[in-house]
Amino acid sequence: MTSILVDLPWLSLLVAVPLLAAVVIWLVPGLQKLARPLGLAVSLLVLAGAIAMVPGFDAGGGYQFTETYSWIPAIGASWAVGINGLGLVMILLAVALVPIVIAAAWNEVRLPEAAGSGETGSGEPDTKALDRRRAGYVALVLALEAMMVAIFAVRDLFSFYVVFEAMLVPVYFMIGVFGGPNRRPAALKFLLYSLAGGLVMLSGVIYLLVQTGGGEQALLLDNLAGALEGNYTAQLWVFLSFLIAFAIKAPMVPVHTWLPDAAAEAPPGTSALLVGVLDKVGTFGMIAICLPLFPEAVANVAPYLVVLAIISIIYGGILAIGQKDVMRLIAFTSVSHFGLIVLGIFIGTQTAMVGSMIYMVAHGVSTAALFLVAGFLTQRGGSAQMSSYSGMQRVVPVLAGVFLISGLATLALPGLSGFVPEYLVLLGSFEASPAAGVFAVIGVVLSALYILLAYQRVFTGPVDPDRSDLPDLGGRERWTMVPLVLAMLVLGFFPAPVLDVLTPAADQFAAILGSAS
Amino acid sequence: MQDTPLTNLAWLLIAIPLASAAVLLVGGRRTNAWGHWLGVVAAAAAALLGIGILIEMLGLPEAERIHDLHLFSWIPAGDLSVDAGLLVDPLSMTFVLLITFVGALIHVYSVAYMEHDENRRRFFAYLNLFVAAMLVLVLADSYALLFVGWEGVGLASYLLIGFWNQRTEYAVAAKKAFVMNRVGDMGMLIAMMLMFASIGAVDFETVFAAAEGTNEGILTATGLMLVLAACGKSAQFPLQAWLGDAMAGPTPVSALIHAATMVTAGVYLIVRSAPVFEGAPTAQLVAAIIGAITLLFGAIVGCAKDDIKKTLAASTMSQIGYMVLAAGLGPIGYAFAIFHLVTHGFFKAGMFLGAGSVMHGMGDEVNMRRFGALRRSMQITWITFGAGWLAILGIPPFSGFWSKDKIIEAAFVGEGWQPWVFGPIALLGAGITAFYMSRLFFMTFHGKARWKESEDSANESDKDLPVQHPHESPLLMTVPMIVLAVGSVALGGLLAIGDTFTHWLEPVTGHVEHHDPVIAIPVLIGATIAIVLAGAFIAWRQYAASAVPVTPPEGSVLTRAARVDLYQDAVNEAVFATPGARVTEVLTEADTTVVDGAARGLGSGAVGLGTWWGRLQTGFVRSYASIMVVGVVLAVVVVLATRV
Repeated sequence: MTSILVDLPWLSLLVAVPLLAAVVIWLVPGLQKLARPLGLAVSLLVLAGAIAMVPGFDAGGGYQFTETYSWIPAIGASWAVGINGLGLVMILLAVALVPIVIAAAWNEVRLPEAAGSGETGSGEPDTKALDRRRAGYVALVLALEAMMVAIFAVRDLFSFYVVFEAMLVPVYFMIGVFGGPNRRPAALKFLLYSLAGGLVMLSGVIYLLVQTGGGEQALLLDNLAGALEGNYTAQLWVFLSFLIAFAIKAPMVPVHTWLPDAAAEAPPGTSALLVGVLDKVGTFGMIAICLPLFPEAVANVAPYLVVLAIISIIYGGILAIGQKDVMRLIAFTSVSHFGLIVLGIFIGTQTAMVGSMIYMVAHGVSTAALFLVAGFLTQRGGSAQMSSYSGMQRVVPVLAGVFLISGLATLALPGLSGFVPEYLVLLGSFEASPAAGVFAVIGVVLSALYILLAYQRVFTGPVDPDRSDLPDLGGRERWTMVPLVLAMLVLGFFPAPVLDVLTPAADQFAAILGSAS
Repeated sequence: MQDTPLTNLAWLLIAIPLASAAVLLVGGRRTNAWGHWLGVVAAAAAALLGIGILIEMLGLPEAERIHDLHLFSWIPAGDLSVDAGLLVDPLSMTFVLLITFVGALIHVYSVAYMEHDENRRRFFAYLNLFVAAMLVLVLADSYALLFVGWEGVGLASYLLIGFWNQRTEYAVAAKKAFVMNRVGDMGMLIAMMLMFASIGAVDFETVFAAAEGTNEGILTATGLMLVLAACGKSAQFPLQAWLGDAMAGPTPVSALIHAATMVTAGVYLIVRSAPVFEGAPTAQLVAAIIGAITLLFGAIVGCAKDDIKKTLAASTMSQIGYMVLAAGLGPIGYAFAIFHLVTHGFFKAGMFLGAGSVMHGMGDEVNMRRFGALRRSMQITWITFGAGWLAILGIPPFSGFWSKDKIIEAAFVGEGWQPWVFGPIALLGAGITAFYMSRLFFMTFHGKARWKESEDSANESDKDLPVQHPHESPLLMTVPMIVLAVGSVALGGLLAIGDTFTHWLEPVTGHVEHHDPVIAIPVLIGATIAIVLAGAFIAWRQYAASAVPVTPPEGSVLTRAARVDLYQDAVNEAVFATPGARVTEVLTEADTTVVDGAARGLGSGAVGLGTWWGRLQTGFVRSYASIMVVGVVLAVVVVLATRV
């Protein structure tokens, strides 16, 4: 049983299936009516496939489920995939969120004219156009799913670059076509920032090729590790080029300003995937690519990154407190949390590294939940401004409860998903640098402020008579939140299985940094 | 080792109320009809199990009364590995019994008190959640798991202070409590960081065993951070400002969380961490100083408040100041800190329930200037409250006498300046306490009524007084009050006879030889009683024997300062809130103008943005694809070129 699973090109299948499904749903007109159930079924199938890999995975066994195919030998490019503990966990997070996002956006995709103004003029041709539009959204989500699996699985730098850039396309459309009133500038901003980062990274890839001399399979990450040993200047420049791309993606201060705009305009499900999973590509790249490829350069630059990370933690927290738009607020909480993740990566202890890794999962769950539940609210109330609401807890108690639980997970309340990661990063950081630990811990107070301020503004106070009849979460919406809430509780009380998978990988990456410095 | 079947079930103490809370929250309105009774049963079941474990423990020899129950591997992260486990010992069991017993009584009381609230079921869910979290706090065998309970009770407190959050100021009070507690929690986190960095673990056993060989500087820093944590949770100076506002919560919450149990967690933390403080005399001294400051601070504020609940809150702050002072005195004070914590848990919870009963009978009025002469219409409340009053005054043989007197004696023990500072402060605090608690008692139950039964009062001077129909509360409320009153009368004496309580705690706090205070004990007892009687007498003259004005007189400078909590909010506002808001405002503005502006400028400087912008908007796919293609081609060309 296990051997059959391992023998199949398992990871390539997890990429191919949703990508094919996306194309089919997009192109076959007869299927557009069924796009949503079909998309949900495919995403659940992919989830089942990813879960089926777990029993065959050996936590201590390094990269597994590997496949390598020759692609463009002339430039040393291959299609190579394989996952270690971090890759497995990130893929599981991504494919678990996709069905939730599809289900959460079941009725939320509307025709552009009708967007935000309720159902008007539902004639015959409109239904068809609506089906097309819905099919388009589902196809984009599935295409994005394929790329999310790919980006966490690829073991070839050229493939990584291609997927890294290709991912922008579905997200660009998801924001630019399906987003809010200012969607186009926001989508463009997202694209320009990402492109700028991608191009810098491309120059690094090219320089790397030049430096290593190329050859077939030259860009396999396994072959690149150690290739620049002794060539510190090359390491530094290539690392910096990658770092810029990853820092934009992860959003670190000061290259974060695309995120609040994107999150404010994107459909909530898109924000959930964007911040919950896609932004993790930045921190994932820092760990899985930068550390093995440029260990000496990382070790030397790390202190500066630690400072930048601490600035992100505090700056993101303060900016979150200052927001009036709930979606922008969530975006800024993420800037703060990414600061903690980056801190854990570069501070150089094993404890903090494990913390950063599980942080990536935990933050994915709680932020996705926050974006989705805030989306449920703004769709009902027709506004993302927190001042538009008052006393909503009395009106929509279940929605309020889910928001509060997700918010408490975000502020790292012990017993919920955010705590163990933050605890590990803090303890691990202090171990290496007491000052870094003490500065980072300020985030604990800021997070309490921004979450509870948001809750106070929206959900407490006298009930606003204009919004006193908004419906609470319906059955479908509740069921989309159940898995997220359960995940937050499980990661809070029983994170051991996830930690068991991540710890060997963290040991390995932390050791790279440890021996380089 | 003997078999201990009940002790092995200690996890059920937590699981039962937690499961009940989950049923009530997930079940929603379907559980409205019986939810409150489920909450009561859950609390009572935990109390019964707690008594069972106590009996089992009493049957064991002293050396075998410490059990560490391993539950599961919680954070196995390589270098740091934390197991979830429970430490069942005399100290934790003392708290278990206080929490579950007083907790169960307050659950019963709440059935009636919250009867007319449409969200009563949710109230009981939060109460059960609190009980579960508080039990995690006291039963945890590591600082990490303790922190789960520590913040868990903070959450329950937040939810319950804000239970009536349709009033914005109550929601603000709830948030204030949580955020100020988080400032303290930073201390807890830094303490754990220090432990992990120096000892490599955060569980009690390893940390305590290693504490002796650890550098004093690190222990001092750790101790100070634990004191900071205690200040947040126990509303000690300078993190005391949230407790008065926390009275926004329904009165049973004030009794259980903000008087008897949660706010005493800081005292528990210090006593539990005795081995750390043993090697950190500076941190101990700081704890004692903070306790001394807070006991005076709370007492002074208590003298000026007209709100019955806020007076009791100030009193709680002050009484916990006594406990923190005792804990800061080291081993000679630990047992007395806990002893006073237990007796205080009974008499203060009893008085809060009494205050709730008064409010229940007086249309939710809290202003004592609108009370008076209530002893006739609310006799049970009057008598039970009276028991608590005599207990907190420390009149022998009521409970508070046995515990507070011991702290005053301990404060006079020592060398150098310390006994001559801490001792007189503790003594003076007792006198002020007697004044403000008597003031409360007389203003509420004695003197002339500052309300009237009906509109058609013959007396012309009564015409501005509000109409009230005070009545005694139902049995569900009075029975818990009576039980707590019995505790206020007898518990202290029972536990003090033959030093029963201090012996009981010895497996944890260690045996301490008797130390003589700098002033002879009989003199101290006499002085204490004299100063207490003096305080009570002044209050009687002013608030029972003469008329109490309905509108507060202007008062002295000190009175006016005390009314606004000695300017605690103004200070916090000026030092933290206003500058913080300004920083937030400036940064929020700068983020869009400076940071984002710089990036935009960079973009427009590099390219003729106007045209590029337009082209991307119309033909973005083409542009994007071409950029990618150009990039790939470039890569191929460069590689091929360099290989030649």
